[in-house]
Amino acid sequence: MSFSAIEAWWWPYLFILVAGWLATDFWRFLGVYLGGRISEDSELLVFVRSIATALVAAVIANLVVFPNGALAAVPLFFRILAALIGFLAYLAFGKRVIVGIAIGEIALGAGMLLTQG
Amino acid sequence: MLSGGVMDDRKTEPVVRGSERILWFGRGVRAAFSVPGLILASAFVGFAGLARDAGLTLAQTVFMTGVMWALPGKVVLVGSIIAGNGLLPTGIAVALSSVRLGPMVVALMPELRGPRTPAWVLYALSHFVAVTSWVLAMEQLRYVPRPMRTTYYAGLGGMLLAGTMVVVAIVFLVAARLPSELSAALFFLTPMYFLTSLWGSARERAGHVAMVFGLALGPLFHVLVPDFDLLATGLVAGSAAFVLHILRKRSGRA
Repeated sequence: MSFSAIEAWWWPYLFILVAGWLATDFWRFLGVYLGGRISEDSELLVFVRSIATALVAAVIANLVVFPNGALAAVPLFFRILAALIGFLAYLAFGKRVIVGIAIGEIALGAGMLLTQG
Repeated sequence: MLSGGVMDDRKTEPVVRGSERILWFGRGVRAAFSVPGLILASAFVGFAGLARDAGLTLAQTVFMTGVMWALPGKVVLVGSIIAGNGLLPTGIAVALSSVRLGPMVVALMPELRGPRTPAWVLYALSHFVAVTSWVLAMEQLRYVPRPMRTTYYAGLGGMLLAGTMVVVAIVFLVAARLPSELSAALFFLTPMYFLTSLWGSARERAGHVAMVFGLALGPLFHVLVPDFDLLATGLVAGSAAFVLHILRKRSGRA
C-alpha cells in the first residue's frame, strides 16, 4: 500500500496522516503524558534533557557530515572547519548566535572559493 | 501592610486578564520573527523543492507541513514516498526519526506548564514542538511569567508553523533554481544556528557535555546503525553526560 497505490484523491492525505502525523505526534503526546509526572528540578529531568540535547546534536552533526543537495559539493574538511570556526566565534564574541552564523557562513564561502580555485 | 500585600497578591494572581493574554500571545508571535525563524524558513525552502521533485502536489506538501511540522520526519516521509515504500514501513521509519520529540517534550513540559494549566492545552501545544521552537522556548520561557508561558508558546509555535506553511507554499509555486553556492550556504544555516543556540539553551554543564558527545557520536552511529542513529546517539551520549554529571556532583559533596 504505497503512496500511489490507490487512485482516490483522499489516499495520499490518509497516507500522510497515518505514516506522518500519527508517527510524529505519538511521541509529542507521550512526552506530555510523561512530562507531567516529573518535577522541574529532579535529576531524572537532567537525564532526559541530556538525551534530548544529544539527539539534537546528532541531527546537527549529520547535517554537516552527511548533507543533502548543494552542501555535499563542499569538501567535508571545509564543512567541519567552517562549523568549528563559526562556533568558536560564537563563544569568543559574547555568545551571540548571529555572530556564529555569520562567521561560519563566511568560512564556508572561503572554503568554496578555495575548492574552485 | 504585610498582610495587605498578601491579600493583593491573592486578588491579582489567579485572575488573568484577557488583555494580558493578548499581550503575551503577541510577544510570542513577535519572537517567531527572529534569526531562528528566518533560518527555519530557509531550511524549508530545501524541503519544498524536495517534495516538488518527489511529485507531491502543493496541497499535499502544505498539509504534510501542518500535520507533522518536524523537518527530519518529513524528509524521511518524502524519501519513503520516492522509494515507493508501503504505509507500515513508512510509518515505522517516520516514527523512528521522530522519537527525539518525546524527550524534548518531556524536558519542555516543566518549563511550560503553570499551576493550573489544563492537560488538553499542553497536548495541543506539544504539536508545535520541533527543534527550532524547542530551542527558542528553552531560551525564552524563563523570562516569561509562568501563567503566561502557554499563551506565549501558542503565539510562538503557531506563528512559526503558519509562517512555514506559507513559505513552503510560495517556494513550491515559484521554485526558481538557485545557484548551487547559494543553496549550499542556505543548507549550512540550519546546522550553524542549532550549533550555537543549542549551546546557549543548555540548563547545566551536563547539557554542554551531552552536546559535545552527541556531535561526535551522531555521524559515527549514522554509519554503524543507520536506522536508529539519532536514538542511539541520544541514549549513549545523553547517558554518558548524565553519569559524569552525577559523578561530579558526588565528588563535589565529598
